[in-house]
Amino acid sequence: MGAIAAVRDPGRPARVELSAVATLSTRFELPLRSFVLELELDVEGTVAIVGPSGAGKTSVLRSVAGLARPSSGRIALDADVWFDAAKGMFRKPDERRVGLVFQEYALFPHMNVRENVAFAGKARADEYLERFRISHLATARPAELSGGERQRVALARALARDPGVLLLDEPLSALDAHTKIAVRGELQELLREFGLPTLLVTHDYEDAASLADMVGVLVDGKLRQLASPQELVAHPADGFVASFTGANLLRGTARKREDDLTQIELEGGEIVYSTDHAEGLVDVVVYPWDVSVGRQHQPDSAMNVIEGRVRSVVHIGNRARVRIGPVTAEVTEASVEKLGLAPGSVVVASFKATGTRLVPYG
Amino acid sequence: MHRRQTVVRAVLAVLFFLAIAFAMTFMVLPVIAIFTHVPLSRLLHEFSNPIVTDALVVSLKTIAISQVAILLLGTPTAYFLASRRFPGRPLVVTLVELPIVLPPAVAGIGLIVAFGRIGLLGSTFDALGIDVSFNQAAVVLAISLVAGPFYVRQAIASFEAVDRNLIAAARTLGAGSVRTFFKVTLPLARGGLTAGEAICLARGLGEFGATIMFAGSLQGRTQTLPLAVYTTFETQNGLDVALAISALLVVISLAILIALKGSGLWERSRPSAIPVARPESS
Repeated sequence: MGAIAAVRDPGRPARVELSAVATLSTRFELPLRSFVLELELDVEGTVAIVGPSGAGKTSVLRSVAGLARPSSGRIALDADVWFDAAKGMFRKPDERRVGLVFQEYALFPHMNVRENVAFAGKARADEYLERFRISHLATARPAELSGGERQRVALARALARDPGVLLLDEPLSALDAHTKIAVRGELQELLREFGLPTLLVTHDYEDAASLADMVGVLVDGKLRQLASPQELVAHPADGFVASFTGANLLRGTARKREDDLTQIELEGGEIVYSTDHAEGLVDVVVYPWDVSVGRQHQPDSAMNVIEGRVRSVVHIGNRARVRIGPVTAEVTEASVEKLGLAPGSVVVASFKATGTRLVPYG
Repeated sequence: MHRRQTVVRAVLAVLFFLAIAFAMTFMVLPVIAIFTHVPLSRLLHEFSNPIVTDALVVSLKTIAISQVAILLLGTPTAYFLASRRFPGRPLVVTLVELPIVLPPAVAGIGLIVAFGRIGLLGSTFDALGIDVSFNQAAVVLAISLVAGPFYVRQAIASFEAVDRNLIAAARTLGAGSVRTFFKVTLPLARGGLTAGEAICLARGLGEFGATIMFAGSLQGRTQTLPLAVYTTFETQNGLDVALAISALLVVISLAILIALKGSGLWERSRPSAIPVARPESS
């Protein structure tokens, strides 16, 4: 979807620019109860902000939508300025072209599905009902819908407004695990189809990584790291980012060795090695899928070995997460069976020195 | 030991049922007595008495005007108090609620010294040619002051109970504040508003103390149904008239209550339905 934007540049005369991709640029500060939310972010394509509850995620969306007024900064969609503290400019939510999908969808309970969608755009309501395959639900009330259907109605309604930006608040958290996978797929397709700059917030890194091109990790109102999902996993900025992306964090003290390896003595006394370089207090980052589990240590290239009892086995689909001492390993269900993994059994978890990252302690 | 326990239990059971019997009789008997004291035909006969018809007309007229005034002025006030947070708001809300617990006679005195001839605004009203004592305008003011807060209080709670996310959603979907109010906020608060309005109506219909002080009890002018009950009762052979009007008021009150319960609005009109303010989510 191409967007025509009138670009006003103070130095040059106004001109009309045809841009293929719109950009939402945000730079603002919003004081919250216990911290100040600071955000500087350009949204092209889909950007996800992940973080724990209370990190300020929803406030990011509220600020962009005009439901909260930042104390300073500027928010604009291309040349269309929505908020500019320096000029005392603040546009009301209905004067910004945003499509905000609320966490619990916020469908109007006293209106049926068609009326909900028509509230945002009368002319194209039926078109959107069809496009989202909810025409058959047109006369149903929100209370009668399933979680997945509600989300489709909420999306149809938000898009019927013809927004320039799509904002999604925890788009998948109101769904049960079974529906979630299917809806995630639908949502991926939809975001591609509409091609709007999309900002979504979620507490679930997997959701973020599957939906977004760029993921920002927000903690206490500050972006700790903004990178592609692959980059976040490969080079987490700190321990928090690493653990949020699902990594094991092993605390310890690093010491350089002659052979260019770093030796880390973990808090539990175990010694592990990393190809990363660091000195002093560190977190060793290792992803569960890089940890293999065996009955005994195989003399292979995996230098790092942690022997211990299995503390828990959690089954997720055809894989299982096995907790051994301080480490969680992700293995196939087949190996759980083959090895007879059950709480209490003594096993060996091993991972390569190249499979570890060292990040600053904390 | 065991025997004594049984005796204690039996005594407690008897006391329990006695308490219920007394309480129920106490509450229900006066209502029944209104209908049984004289034959029903005599009550019905009194409905052609001009005192009764005059009072009915005065009551219907003043209650209609006061309800319209309460709705038109009370609704925006309640919406403002429900949606804005400002210093001193709890005090303002308390002042609005005060007439609910204030003795109506005190409200009557207040009206006299505020709007009566001798009152604060008396000379102003005089200059404008407005006279609000001992006429129907005075009845409307008395009813509005005493019954209005019942509506406003319920309306505040009803507006506060509307999910703020729905209002926010309406705004992000392109609706301005006016459209949002009429299409989202008002329809969602309507149940509670109706319940508050019904309670206010019932209270207004029964208004006595403030009306008799501020408006007097002039047949055909300011004598409402409750005032007529009192005034006729004091006259000779007036008991039949007083009973007839009372029976009418019982029927109307009961009808309002049953209508409220039937529509499920009674539950919503309880103070416990007032939600705790939602914290701003981060």
